[in-house]
Amino acid sequence: MKLKLLGAAGMALFLAACSDHADKNVNTGAATQQVGPAPGSEADLVATAGDRVLFALNQSTLSSDAKAELDKQAAWLAKYPQVHVQIAGNCDDRGTEEYNIALGERRANAAHDYLVAKGVDASRMTTISYGKDRPTAVGDDEASWAQNRNAITAVQ
Amino acid sequence: MTSRSVKPLIPDEDAARLAAAFSRRGFMGAGVAGGLMATPLFTAGAAHAQAAGEAEITVDQARTAPIPIVLPSLGSGVAQQVTDVISADLGNCGLFRPISASMPQGTPDFASYKSMGARAAVTGKVVEQGSSLRVEFRLWDVLVGKQIQGTAYTAAAQDWRRIAHVIADVIYNRMLGEQGYFNTRIAYIARSGPRAHQTTRLAIMDQDGADSRYLTSGQWLTLTPRFNPANSELAFMSYANYRPRVYLFNLNTGQQRLLGDFSGISFAPRFAPDGRSVILSVTRGGGSDIYLVDLANMSRRQLTASGAIDTSPSFSPDGSQIVFNSDRGGSPQLYIMSASGGDAKRISYGHGQYGSPVWSPRGDLIAFSRIANGSFSLGVMAPDGTGERILTQGFTVESPAFCPNGRVLAFCRQSAAGSGGAGFATGISTIDITGFHERALPAGSASDPTWSPLNK
Repeated sequence: MKLKLLGAAGMALFLAACSDHADKNVNTGAATQQVGPAPGSEADLVATAGDRVLFALNQSTLSSDAKAELDKQAAWLAKYPQVHVQIAGNCDDRGTEEYNIALGERRANAAHDYLVAKGVDASRMTTISYGKDRPTAVGDDEASWAQNRNAITAVQ
Repeated sequence: MTSRSVKPLIPDEDAARLAAAFSRRGFMGAGVAGGLMATPLFTAGAAHAQAAGEAEITVDQARTAPIPIVLPSLGSGVAQQVTDVISADLGNCGLFRPISASMPQGTPDFASYKSMGARAAVTGKVVEQGSSLRVEFRLWDVLVGKQIQGTAYTAAAQDWRRIAHVIADVIYNRMLGEQGYFNTRIAYIARSGPRAHQTTRLAIMDQDGADSRYLTSGQWLTLTPRFNPANSELAFMSYANYRPRVYLFNLNTGQQRLLGDFSGISFAPRFAPDGRSVILSVTRGGGSDIYLVDLANMSRRQLTASGAIDTSPSFSPDGSQIVFNSDRGGSPQLYIMSASGGDAKRISYGHGQYGSPVWSPRGDLIAFSRIANGSFSLGVMAPDGTGERILTQGFTVESPAFCPNGRVLAFCRQSAAGSGGAGFATGISTIDITGFHERALPAGSASDPTWSPLNK
């Protein structure tokens, strides 16, 4: 329940954080003024499906919330079969640098395998781990750490 | 007796080693042009050398009472700078208490030094000879009133720091009976920018923080440099082209090359004690396996296949065993296995999780990080898991790295970021394995220290 709350609260933050990525995918020029994000873009993924799932402390098990998020991602990916994505696993900073590289990869892998099971072609996805080196939230309380234990899907 | 008085006070072997240290210092074309020459200085007053053994003082005594040593200024200008570096090396290690004094003419006045409580004294001078520098140095045992070392070092003038570190190493060695570690460097990760997306550069500096320089541009996330204990080579992890893998960096040529071509993420490299192979981790599925890569032909051997995360491997100094970090039992703990793989034995049983183990070059200790109740500790334990001692604690204290003689650990200390991340600070500190003399190195924003072998 705590995770659910944090996820909702964090969403606005995530959208703001991802605006940089969105820019490069938005068509430029006044002729094609867009109302929403370009279909199949990173911003579209974030807006329609969400780009991340969160994990419990030291865990890589997908919660029912996480599975629901990934179901939306799988549906979105089915809609845009030409899109390739990279899933990046991340950790809070309450583990060692090296262990967290492996733990982040384990999380990315969990999301990857779930999406494969939901019919997404494995050749469309790669995984990477940033360990504890790319925190979403820079604070050092439970709320920040919860946001930093994630797997983030990004359009390539 | 007469023949003894004309014997070199540094055995030739030592002089050769010290000289070789300089010829090997060449660094990406910007290094030392000439070599260092170490010449014995013959004693004027004292009849013969004190046997080194007689001057030994145990480190445990020095910990509670640093050895008072009279260190007069060797002169002005660069001579003063040499004096300052020697004094900082000796003082900062915590085992000596340098006492300033005026330089005596000839043999020191031992009676007055004794009354000051000094155990040893240094005399000498610096002669600038065009582009080279000659530093004459004598070490005296104050209690018996005899010279125990006398050497003149000649090197290119720009290498004055090197000469100072070599002299500090000789003093450390003659007074404590152990090899010094002042003429060494520390490679590390220099960090800049916001907490959420730091720029990371491979960097290197002298052991005391001087002469730091970047080795990579900062374009890619770069982590965990590890010195080859046998030469001037680093293994490190780079996210170049978004493929996180382990690379080798030759400090003499600047050349980089990929270490093996694994399909997963390769990380957590560490050299074998002979420098001829590297052990590292490679991710597979939800875990990571430990591999050994032979540097001669890049052939690989898989050492673990637990399905869990097996990482942070570190060889015992005799090369027969490996300590590593694994969550095969549920949470990250320390395990030991044979260097050829096979069964592993868990050695960590304290409260919390363990990680980043590293085996002391002396063989008697394993240093580690422990995480419990949201904060980190840095500690040591015997290889059988007994005698665990916590040396220091903090929000984050990790990545311990031994100096070549195993007496001191460099490590990364990070503070909590606080709201907005403004409180975040990351730096390199050193601490004696006794838990005393913790001090921050002037390395700026940094992490991931790794200590060079002596003279590299």
